Amino acid sequence: MAIDLAQFHQVFFEESLEGLAIMESGLLGLGTGGADPEAINAIFRAAHSMKGGSATFGFTAVADFAHHLETLLDEMREGRRPVTAQAVEALLGAVDCLRDMLGASQSGRPVDRAAVAIHQAALERLLADGAVGATAPAIDRDEGWQIVFSPHRDLFRSGNDPVRIFRELAGLGRLEVDAELGFLPSADELDIEDCYLAWELKLYGKVARADIDEAFAWVEDHCDLAVRPLAELAALAAVPVPPEAAPAAAVQPASVPPPATAETGTKNVGGGSIRVDTAKIDQLINLCGELVITQSMLGLLGETFTMDRLEQLQSGLAQLERHTRALQESVMNIRMLPISFVFSRMPRLVHDISGKLGKRVELRLMGEQTELDKTVIEQIADPLMHLVRNCLDHGIESPHERVVAGKSDTGLILLNAYHRGGNIVIEVSDDGRGLDAPRIFAKAVERGLLEPHAHPPPAQLYDLIFHPGFSTAEQVTEVSGRGVGMDVVRRNIEALGGRIELKTQPGRGSTFSIHLPLTLAILDGQTVAVGKEIYIAPLVSIIESISLTEDKLNTFTGKGETFRLRGEYLPIIRLHEVFGVEGGHAVKLTDGLLMVVEGQGLKCGLFVDNVLSQQQVVIKSLEENYRRVEGISGATILGDGSVALILDIPGLVRLARQERPVQTRH
Amino acid sequence: MDEQAHAQAQGRPVGGPQHLTFVLGAEEYAVDILRVREIRGWEPVSRIPNAPGYEKGVINLRGAIVPILDLRQRFEVGQPVYTPTTVVVILQTQQERGDKIMGVVVDAVADVVDLPRDAVQPAPDFGGGVGAEFVKGIASLDGRMVALLDVDKLLRLEERPVLTQAQAQAELSAHH
Repeated sequence: MAIDLAQFHQVFFEESLEGLAIMESGLLGLGTGGADPEAINAIFRAAHSMKGGSATFGFTAVADFAHHLETLLDEMREGRRPVTAQAVEALLGAVDCLRDMLGASQSGRPVDRAAVAIHQAALERLLADGAVGATAPAIDRDEGWQIVFSPHRDLFRSGNDPVRIFRELAGLGRLEVDAELGFLPSADELDIEDCYLAWELKLYGKVARADIDEAFAWVEDHCDLAVRPLAELAALAAVPVPPEAAPAAAVQPASVPPPATAETGTKNVGGGSIRVDTAKIDQLINLCGELVITQSMLGLLGETFTMDRLEQLQSGLAQLERHTRALQESVMNIRMLPISFVFSRMPRLVHDISGKLGKRVELRLMGEQTELDKTVIEQIADPLMHLVRNCLDHGIESPHERVVAGKSDTGLILLNAYHRGGNIVIEVSDDGRGLDAPRIFAKAVERGLLEPHAHPPPAQLYDLIFHPGFSTAEQVTEVSGRGVGMDVVRRNIEALGGRIELKTQPGRGSTFSIHLPLTLAILDGQTVAVGKEIYIAPLVSIIESISLTEDKLNTFTGKGETFRLRGEYLPIIRLHEVFGVEGGHAVKLTDGLLMVVEGQGLKCGLFVDNVLSQQQVVIKSLEENYRRVEGISGATILGDGSVALILDIPGLVRLARQERPVQTRH
Repeated sequence: MDEQAHAQAQGRPVGGPQHLTFVLGAEEYAVDILRVREIRGWEPVSRIPNAPGYEKGVINLRGAIVPILDLRQRFEVGQPVYTPTTVVVILQTQQERGDKIMGVVVDAVADVVDLPRDAVQPAPDFGGGVGAEFVKGIASLDGRMVALLDVDKLLRLEERPVLTQAQAQAELSAHH
């Protein structure tokens, strides 16, 4: 029976990506010089298992590449090679390269061979260099022979055994043996008396060609043999390196565009699977068991029900409700992942960018175990990386600047995640220079967003950095000039039902706080009545609900209605008008209720007939079978089985603001 | 087999793809039965704001949100009356963005019939009447004309992302 290895590929990819993450964080944690052997061991193990796995599953290119990595790490592990910054850089580059290769194998796209060759050459140079400098017996890496030994199938039948030949060769010098497993047939086609293997041998040292020929003398007629001096091979290896990269390739793979940085590389190509803690599954199974017991208890009760057992029925139903709720929570829990999935990419990002910008930065991570919905985790990664990049580029000053300002030359970036209420808060803060208010003001005036004599409150001024196309950077740098602005960050966060806040102090640093709902599947909603229809407003968007009095109402050019709330004039949206609801609704503004809502930092009043209960609702997609509807973000199913639509507050607010002057201009 | 014999006895064509026929006013229509997911009674729907009149709203179909279209209103035939005996046919359609499930309201379902391909004639030129573009052919059934509907075309909803326009405007005004 042939085993289809492809069924294990997904697991292999996942494990390999995890291995790469371990290697990456291990490498970033390595101090140069005397490294912690345990750390190197961990990196080595990850590389080793990846090599084994990729060879098993037939990803020979990956296995080949991982082999070089492993060799290098092995030497470090045994103390034969010092841990230098250059080596770490090269290894990090190799990790990127491996990640790209895995991604390519996974999605079936071709591997970027040029990049692989460059990284491989960098590793090989490093290997060669190290051998000279290390304490190990100085052998010229280029002295010796490469032997490609491909026996014919009938080798064993002629009474020969490759092991003996290899032993003989090992007596001549240091021998490296690599077996080529690619020709192995599946187990049911395998004839154990045939030889399917081929080997690539490297024999180092001053060895005469004649000695090699003698070792293979008995098998000459039963194999294909190619013997080449290693020096020739080294010359060949150097060729594919593009000229501009050649000088740097020795130790600096950074000059190669990293094929896939953490940003794109770890994006889940398969998309589908999730690794779940077995404890969570056990809990689910337990709850299902409980549920079945409750159900059978109720069933029994139903068969012989009499009114005097009403109390029993009620307690049974209460139990059912408890279990259903617990089951729902547990199911949701399966989708929860610790935020360390995103945080773990940051050290690499900070390492790379601070290096490029010549800044010294310490990254501190807190609350990495805080759990978030998988979808949220996936979608928050990009905005978060953008914020960190921003901190590095705009926030943290150069070491010199910092010293002049009386601060330590090493800047601090703090990433912190914690729960607050039903939300999760992620903070990105730095102790850099803070936002430059005068420059933002000048820029805003230049862009026509503010009048030159305006005196906006600081919060409103800082809020401008979230405006599309707004950048205070004097020049677009390699780091931040990627066409993604803070407006996109804000939009992405709001798409997740969250919001972003900014606090900054000149000379002391800035803090961006992202508030996100714990999950995208459930939201706390406020049911509101409009005519005979029921809508759900997300609780996070509601500031307060008020009933209006005449004296607070104004009209604007005869039709736009506004109301005054603590000195602020806010537009009113009559939901029944916007949605064309017929019949039964309050006509006068003083008859209904006004829900003060906020979306994308803008406020408005939503006029509804009444607010009903607050409840958690499960969000269902309206687009799956229908299409996007203006002012609606989704649907949910109410207790009676009917469908209620969920209001898209930012969309409605935009709608209300549409015919009004841009708010920042008043 | 029995069914086929029955059909033969009635002089109807045998074999070929099966179709579900239904009635709209005085007219008879047919859809490929493989597209029919289920047939349900009428239940109140939740209205969709600012949707065309024939898009009645959405219902909860075992956890999925499914839109309901009134074919009688869509084709301007029959009376859009809703009683517990009103019939909703749930159809599966293939759209560019993947398969979608939708329900259509009809006056009554009639029969399941075999319509061999050669029994179907191309639709004549209806002169651009409402719904003509959704008819992929007509067939004669016991002397009655049945119009075969193209489910995918019929249930293709125009995207109307009105908000993006507002968004574009907002961004435009911000840039000036």
